[in-house]
Amino acid sequence: MSTIKIKDHCDLFLEPEYQAQFERKKEFENPWPADKVKEVSEWTKTEEYKELNFARQNIKINPAKACQPLGAVFCASGFDGSMPFVQGAQGCVAYFRSHLSRHFKEPFAAISTSMTEDAAVFGGLNNMLEGLENTYALYKPKMIAVSTTCMAEVIGDDLNSYIKTAREKGVIPQELPVPFAHTPSFVGSHIVGYDNMLKGILKTLSEGKKGESNGKINIIPGFDTYTGNYHEIKRLMAMMGVEFTLLADVSETFDSPNTGEYKLYPGGTPIPEAMDAVNAIGTIALQKYSTVKTMDYIQKEWGQKTLTLSPIGIRNTDAFFEELSKLTGKPVPAAIEAERGRAVDAMVDSHPYVHGKRFALVGDPDILLGMMSLIMEMGGEPVHIICTNGDKHFEAEANELLASSPFGVNGKVYTGKDMWHMRSLLFTEPVDILIGNSYAKFLTRDTGTPLIRIGFPLFDRHHLHRYPVIGYQGALNLVTLIVNNVLDEMDRKTMDTTSFDVIR
Amino acid sequence: MRQIAIYGKGGIGKSTTTQNLVAALAEAGRKCMIIGCDPKADSTRLILNRKAQNTVMDMAREKGTVEDLELEEVLLHGFKGIKCAESGGPEPGVGCAGRGVITAINFLEENGAYGDDTEFVFYDVLGDVVCGGFAMPIREGKAKEIYIVTSGEMMAMYAANNISRGVLKYAQSGGVRLGGLICNSRETDKEYELISELASKLGTQMIHFVPRDNEVQRAELRRKTVIEYAPDHPQADEYRTLAKKIADNKNFVIPTPITMDELERLLMDFGIMESEEAVA
Repeated sequence: MSTIKIKDHCDLFLEPEYQAQFERKKEFENPWPADKVKEVSEWTKTEEYKELNFARQNIKINPAKACQPLGAVFCASGFDGSMPFVQGAQGCVAYFRSHLSRHFKEPFAAISTSMTEDAAVFGGLNNMLEGLENTYALYKPKMIAVSTTCMAEVIGDDLNSYIKTAREKGVIPQELPVPFAHTPSFVGSHIVGYDNMLKGILKTLSEGKKGESNGKINIIPGFDTYTGNYHEIKRLMAMMGVEFTLLADVSETFDSPNTGEYKLYPGGTPIPEAMDAVNAIGTIALQKYSTVKTMDYIQKEWGQKTLTLSPIGIRNTDAFFEELSKLTGKPVPAAIEAERGRAVDAMVDSHPYVHGKRFALVGDPDILLGMMSLIMEMGGEPVHIICTNGDKHFEAEANELLASSPFGVNGKVYTGKDMWHMRSLLFTEPVDILIGNSYAKFLTRDTGTPLIRIGFPLFDRHHLHRYPVIGYQGALNLVTLIVNNVLDEMDRKTMDTTSFDVIR
Repeated sequence: MRQIAIYGKGGIGKSTTTQNLVAALAEAGRKCMIIGCDPKADSTRLILNRKAQNTVMDMAREKGTVEDLELEEVLLHGFKGIKCAESGGPEPGVGCAGRGVITAINFLEENGAYGDDTEFVFYDVLGDVVCGGFAMPIREGKAKEIYIVTSGEMMAMYAANNISRGVLKYAQSGGVRLGGLICNSRETDKEYELISELASKLGTQMIHFVPRDNEVQRAELRRKTVIEYAPDHPQADEYRTLAKKIADNKNFVIPTPITMDELERLLMDFGIMESEEAVA
């Protein structure tokens, strides 16, 4: 047997016939002359251009965010037998599915009610009724979690009354939980959509379930796309001997073992457990900005103690275990202390290479705060921090964090800005390392700043999401990523010098 | 907290009636709030004694996003501490006013505009229930009572019937109920009887008949309610009566809208419209 030789596009498009085709296309493209392109390209690297760029009002270029319903379907898929269901146009749902599949390299199921022009005129009730009926008949879900796209939101579809109508008409059984969330794409971002959907789900599932305390705690991961984090939190809770419920456990959905058999519902938080979450002694959110409304609801309506503790980096992880121990009355076992010791040891080993390095970071608010904290613990300096979907509360918290360390003095936080702003910053005030998602690779191409891929989405490197970034183990993984990136870069730069050393 | 939505044909006097009756409630010591759901933003002028306050959508337009808005910028206090907010919306002919209403109400709710001590929230809603956005005030968890302002003019009655159809849709799946018709008199023939009859056909009541009086106009020119401008005038007492009737109302129904033919027959029965045979 011989392997088939197929040229991939890296080689294929270098073939003379393709190169000739590209040349011929220019006749129709009528591009600017190459020297003009070069001239403008150089100008975009200047301080003058940066100022114009930051004065830009009416366009976003490569914003580091996705839209609300993406967060909503992500959250909805974290419950066992739950089918994410989107009232709106079909193309939107295709985008959520492909976006998630490209990141996790897993199939992802979600329903669209395929609203078209007539639905825009007459309202989407019929789409909702048919959609719910088909979904229930074909996919036999234990729960249908409804969110919306822009279209349904602009025309003002009232999900609550539609779902009630569906029950009255017998389209879906009375007892089937059908939580809903209004998630207009033109407001907020994926983290807000996650929050809205989770609140909707918990509200629906907890109805009439308040009873005796179950002695457990709830843990809400937030819009966390690291499946490794879910496995890690389970491992740590087992070590602590704490009984807990993960609210929206997407780890099976996006990291199910290959058994040769496709499962439409690979797992997730069991519905009965989610229903009982109202009887826990407290709830810990591992992200703040993707759980604001949910945590407010849990505190006010469930009357639970709520804590937001994002365990990225040593200091944050210390705080997490300290508070967890207080809440549950269980001591932190020696084995976890040993993990801490190993992570700290690794940081001591690597810090000479990270100390004084300048970092630019772009991403979601919670991961940014965690990364800034960890970087400063290593003596690195967060310099440019861009958070497209960050609000004023994030800005204040990030500035406070920078002010808490001598390594934060050069840091500047930009909310509502995008990756094209970052491009200007990288030219005018260069840094050593850029941290961001896969889209940041275009910044690396333009500016030469090496990229460490952390965040979402990560389309162009495999399996990064399988390794935890939370807890001491997560800190160790992040330190490994960062220091080895620095060392790779050092090798690349010293290749032709006497400093190209075998020991680093 | 009771949330109440006021609907009715454009120009029928919804905003004037709402502000006068809310002023009467406030005068009696009740804690009230008015949310204007109309791009024209004239639902709070008589309470604030000035033209159109900063609306939620104006401020959102200025700041680029509603997320950067502070509640204090759009929630003002007027006569007797009445809280006032206006949704605002686009210029006529562009954009989507309905979405403006949804955005504004979401913003006010999420930022705790209603407060803990508010007893009455009134939504003053533009003209007809033209699209999903203008039904926002009567979605579940919001206004449970609706009053329709009408008069003895045929198109006002037609609109009242149409609005009842919208209410019916929401009443069947939710808790919203019709509390009655408010007749804002235009001094048409047999107006009192006609609106009482329409109300009974819709399964509801004419909760009050507000007579026409130029004092309302005089007060409006001074950007005041009659309650504030001429508290001793008999018209002020009419609004006080309306306010009391609404505060004490127990008559909430799912409306039974009628057909256009039935509406025309009603007008014929009252001798207001000639039948086709009579015309021939």
